Amino acid sequence: MAPWRWRRPGHLAREADRATFRTLHTASLTTGALRTGLTTDSAERSVRHLRSLLAAPAVALTDTERLLAWDGAAEVHHQDAGPLAVRGVADGATTVRDHDGFSCGDVYCPIRKAVVSPLVVEDRVVGTLQVYAGGAPAGLVRATAEVASWVSGQLELAELADSRARLMEAEVRALRAQISPHFIYNALNAIASFVRTDPDRARDLLLDFADFTRYSFRQHGEYTTLEEELRSIERYLVLEQARFGDRLGVTLRIAPEVLPVTVPVLSLQPLVENAVRHGLADKPDGGTITILAEDHDREAVISIEDDGVGEDPERVRRALAGDASMDSIGLGNVDERLRSAYGDDYGLVVETAPGAGTRVIVRVPKFAVGVRP
Amino acid sequence: MSTLAVVAVLVVSLATLGVGAIGLRISRTTSDFYVASRAVGPALNASAISGEYLSAASFLGVAGLVLLRGVDMLWYPVGWTAGYVLLLIFVAAPLRRSRAYTLPDFAEFRVESLVARRVSSALVVLIGVFYLVPQFQGAGLTLRALTGAPTWVGAVVVALVVLANVVSGGMRSITIAQAFQYWLKLLALLLPLAFMLAHWHRHGGPTGRLHTVDWVEPMQGAHAPYLVYSLILATFLGTMGLPHVAVRFYTNRDGRAARRTTVAVLAMLSAFYLLPTLYGVLGRVFASDLVTSGRSDTVVLELPRRIFDGAAGDLLTALLCAGAFAAFLSTSSGLVVSVGGVIGQDLLGRRFDGVTAFRLAGVLAALATLVLTLLSSGLAVAHAVELAFAVAASTFCPLLLLGIWWRGLTAAGAVAGMVVGGALSVTAVVSVMVGETPGGWAGAVFAQPALCTVPLAFATMVGVSLATRSRLPVHLGRTMVRLHAPEDLELDRGSYHPEAAHRPG
Repeated sequence: MAPWRWRRPGHLAREADRATFRTLHTASLTTGALRTGLTTDSAERSVRHLRSLLAAPAVALTDTERLLAWDGAAEVHHQDAGPLAVRGVADGATTVRDHDGFSCGDVYCPIRKAVVSPLVVEDRVVGTLQVYAGGAPAGLVRATAEVASWVSGQLELAELADSRARLMEAEVRALRAQISPHFIYNALNAIASFVRTDPDRARDLLLDFADFTRYSFRQHGEYTTLEEELRSIERYLVLEQARFGDRLGVTLRIAPEVLPVTVPVLSLQPLVENAVRHGLADKPDGGTITILAEDHDREAVISIEDDGVGEDPERVRRALAGDASMDSIGLGNVDERLRSAYGDDYGLVVETAPGAGTRVIVRVPKFAVGVRP
Repeated sequence: MSTLAVVAVLVVSLATLGVGAIGLRISRTTSDFYVASRAVGPALNASAISGEYLSAASFLGVAGLVLLRGVDMLWYPVGWTAGYVLLLIFVAAPLRRSRAYTLPDFAEFRVESLVARRVSSALVVLIGVFYLVPQFQGAGLTLRALTGAPTWVGAVVVALVVLANVVSGGMRSITIAQAFQYWLKLLALLLPLAFMLAHWHRHGGPTGRLHTVDWVEPMQGAHAPYLVYSLILATFLGTMGLPHVAVRFYTNRDGRAARRTTVAVLAMLSAFYLLPTLYGVLGRVFASDLVTSGRSDTVVLELPRRIFDGAAGDLLTALLCAGAFAAFLSTSSGLVVSVGGVIGQDLLGRRFDGVTAFRLAGVLAALATLVLTLLSSGLAVAHAVELAFAVAASTFCPLLLLGIWWRGLTAAGAVAGMVVGGALSVTAVVSVMVGETPGGWAGAVFAQPALCTVPLAFATMVGVSLATRSRLPVHLGRTMVRLHAPEDLELDRGSYHPEAAHRPG
């Protein structure tokens, strides 16, 4: 590829253009690391590229008090990075330190100046970028300040990703506390109707109800096993069956091999509730819900199907896109949580049309490196 | 030529295809069904592991080697069983708690490096293929003993059945089907043996061949101590590194269930391995001419007709053939699925969609094995399988043992150790398989490489890890807690909270 590029006149050929592209490319090499936040690991992986960007003898990244990573010559100055960082944080602006201020005692030391620039995330100094060089011409100071603000931008993006994850967690918590009041009312009514005629069944149903609320309201943990999730779904269906009687048919076909798979908490239950609420409740003579879980070697494939009234695909698309005006808040949330845990390949697949029932397919990998509970 | 036996082989092949294609579809309604009651229990899971584990080497090879070389060869069945003792003590529960599905998953989970994952994937493919070769070989031997067809016919038949299974979508190894295979194999060996032992007891036989020194005395022949100890090391340490065994542990509910499963596997294998040994002894009595004609691997199949005339002999032979084919097919299917999954995901996954990639990978794996089988020299089936164990012992055993029990293992150390152990052992295995080995001491080292390669792999892993100890994995602390803390222990597990773990009782 490269030779072909150079032969074409006028294309990427001007030196100034090439320098710009080189700089942009070097900068882009650091984004992957810096977007994970400022840690020893991300600092080590990015500091080399930062040095080649600045063309300085040595570059260091620190947090507010301690050296994280150093690239380049003059290892003897490692110990100075910490104290310089503390002073840099206190100054809050780009400063130039003279070698006398952090002397190694060597009069021939090639390092004469240190440029210290703070890294600022949301008005808070989280660390410093330090450039060690023989001199500190205005160009280098300016470049250091610019690079530092660019690094700050990347760190801010990392913070943003963090708060996105926190937001999603909060949504899950909301979802947990969001058992429909109608469901509670209906379930208790159904149980009440059995108290005289079939006390044993009423007792079993009450226990199911207790276990169901316990699972749904629990506040800790982001992941559980498919077995736990399915068991809670089962309790939910038993309670709904008590209310609907023969109008609600349920078929479960679960491959035992996939029961230990780790899934996000309440990732399937909202889908089943949707199937009951939107698929069957409006249909006069009821219908059937089929839940399948199959073992596909490296992943479990779970499908939840109802033969209910179906739905307009366009409305489903809007619900998946997170349109808050839609009734099924669960769908968009489940989709987003699956994607953030397992990657974009693992979003929900919904097959539906008005009058044709609905099938929702969830794929869950048996092992995902990102899922690090 | 025996039509009955050919029919038995056909039935087993078709049944395997049928179960693979249709799957076991059991559906129930909530009224009589609870999810918990369907979880795979330790006994069922252990049967499935044993069913997949007992391959041609166990069914045919062990008896052949015992017949040929005597007591030293008892280390094969002992080692293949004892491997599960080490698995039980050091690996089973932590591996399950890591919630890794495949060995590459574990590598990525523990040292957090994509390079380590790729190296492990390559090793899974190599070990899988080395393990598949003797299965295909065994099928060739069986069909030859039955019909007189050349050995490549049987290899092609097994390859075709496995391919048809993979392509038709039977890529899930269903626990119940695999568990059934164990009991089929056990019964297929046990029934004929009972009849033959009764016959021997009643009518007697020429026992003179049992009392020769080189058969009864251990450690006979050149370099025997080295060969025996190397064999012991390979089989003891290799079991934990077999790709198709590791994935089965995922089906256990938790670390405790994984341990119970392993104990059950130990019992089942101990019972099973008594049988081929006795076949070897019976062979020494009734079929010692097989030694001189170089067909000792078929002793299990030929014995019944040596002892019984007519229909009784034919029936028992048919049963044994069915068992043997069940052994080839169950092990081969499990291996092709494991290897195909790795190739499909890590090599072809970007160009094709999941199912196509998997099928293509399965076809590639089966064809590569077929070629290697046709090229390989007439190596004893059991020895060929044991060589796959040697590679596993030199690569995944250090990764698992050090990864689980030593905080100091780094990504660089794991990769270096697996590369060194893998390169050395694979060189030895390939040269043995194509029949190009040096003589003397070097020849002994090539024939049983484990005693050299396993310590080297451990040393490399430890040495490089120490040299790179500043680069420990980021989540090391969390990883170690997850590996070692029992599930019912109340502690901060971050975001993972299986409800059952906190329920008293």
